[in-house]
Amino acid sequence: MKLKTVFAATLALSVVAGAVGAAEAPQVVRKDMMEGMGKAMGGLVNIVKGKTEYNADVVKASLTTMVDTMKTFPDQFPAGSETGHKTEASPKIWQNMDDFKAKAAKLGTDASALLAALPADKAAVGAAVKTLGADCGACHETYRLKD
Amino acid sequence: MASLFGKILGGLALAAAAGGAVFWFITAPKPLPESAFAGLSIPDTVNGERLFWAGGCVSCHAPKGAAEKGDLTLSGGEPLKTPFGTFYPPNITADPDAGIGSWSLAQFGNAMLRGVDDEGEHLYPAFPYGSYSRMKPQDIADLFEFLKTLPKSNKASAEHALAFPYSIRRLLGGWQFLYLNAKPRVELASVDEKVARGQYLVEGPGHCGECHTPRDSMGGFLSGKWLAGAPNPEGGKGRIPNITPGGELASWSETDIASYLETGMTPDFDSVGGSMVEVQKNMAHLPASDREAIAAYLKAIPAVK
Repeated sequence: MKLKTVFAATLALSVVAGAVGAAEAPQVVRKDMMEGMGKAMGGLVNIVKGKTEYNADVVKASLTTMVDTMKTFPDQFPAGSETGHKTEASPKIWQNMDDFKAKAAKLGTDASALLAALPADKAAVGAAVKTLGADCGACHETYRLKD
Repeated sequence: MASLFGKILGGLALAAAAGGAVFWFITAPKPLPESAFAGLSIPDTVNGERLFWAGGCVSCHAPKGAAEKGDLTLSGGEPLKTPFGTFYPPNITADPDAGIGSWSLAQFGNAMLRGVDDEGEHLYPAFPYGSYSRMKPQDIADLFEFLKTLPKSNKASAEHALAFPYSIRRLLGGWQFLYLNAKPRVELASVDEKVARGQYLVEGPGHCGECHTPRDSMGGFLSGKWLAGAPNPEGGKGRIPNITPGGELASWSETDIASYLETGMTPDFDSVGGSMVEVQKNMAHLPASDREAIAAYLKAIPAVK
C-alpha cells in the first residue's frame, strides 16, 4: 500500500515537474507533458492488464494528471515552435488550432467526468482507458507526425 | 545507299511494330476466367465481415468519421492525395448504377485479384489489389456477399484527377506486368498455422506493405525492404515505421503487438497515431486469434535495420 502511495505521489509530482519546466522551449515542455500523460495512462493500463491491483489512489492521480495537463497543453504551441527540438507536432496544428484545442479539451472533459465518478473496479478502469485512449488517438491521428 | 536506307527504315518500322505488339500485349488487362470463381461454397457473411475489417474497406470507401458513428455506407471516401495526382475512392455500395450492385462475383473478383474493373479496364493500384491478389477466391466471395448486406447509396463517384501520363489507364498494364503477382512477399523458414494465417492477413487483405514498405520511382516495392518503413505517403514530415523485428517493434513482444492492434496503446502507454488510427480501429473488430497471428508473423519475418 505504501509503495502505491509513493507511486501516486510520483505521478502527482510529474505534473508539478511539467509546470516547473515552463522556462524551457515549448517543444520540450509539451513533450514532457505528453510523457507525463503516458505515465498517467500507464497507471490505468497496468490495472487493466492485471499487472497491478486496482487502487483508487492511482486511478485518481492518473486522472488528475490528465485533467491538469490538458488545461495548459494547447498553450505550448506558440508561433515559432513549429519545428526544432525534434518536435513531432504536425504543421496541421497551426492550420486548425481551434480543432486542436477542442480535441485537447475533450480529453480534459472526459477525464474530469471520470474523476467525478471514479472508476470503482478493474472493469470500470478498462472502460475509462477505452474512452481516454480514443481521445488520445483522435488527436494523434491528425496532429502528431512520428519521425 | 538508298536501299540500305530503305532497309534500315523497314527494320525500324518492323521493330516498332513488334515493340508495339509487345507493348499492347503486356499492357492489356488480364482478367481471370469466370471459372476461377465457380464451384465455391455458399458465401459466409460472417467470414466476409472478418475480411471487411482486415481489409479496412471502410477507411477509404466511406466518408470520414462515418464508421465511428456505425454508418457503413461505402458511398466513396476522402480524396487520396499522392505524387501521381488525387484519387477519389469510389462508391462500392450495392447500388446498381452508382455502386457495384450490378457486378457479378467474377467481376468483383477480377477487381480484387487482377485490378480489372467491370468494363475490362485497369484500376489504379491506389486500390491495393497488388496485395489483394493473394486472397483466396472463397474469401473474395464471402467478402462480396457481406458488402451486399451494407446500405446502398446513389451518390456518383468522382473521376480521379491525375497528372499525365498517369492519366492513361492502359499504362497500368505495365505496372501490373512488373509488380502484380500472388507470390509470398517473404520466404519464411518455418511456418506454423498461426504464422501462415498472419502472413495471409498481412500480405493479402490487410495490405500492410502498401504503407510500411518503401517503393521505387515506379511505385513498386524495393526488394529486401519488406515492411521496413517508408516516407509519409502524403509527403512532407513524418514517416511510416519499420515493423520488422529490426525496427521500432524490436522490443515489443507478440502480446504487445496484438494488444496494440486491439487497444491502440503501445507498451510504453503511448497511443496509436496518424493513418494507423483508422487501421487499428478496423483491426480491433477482428477475432483475437487474427491479431495474434499478425503479431506472430511480424516476429517471424526477416529483420531489416
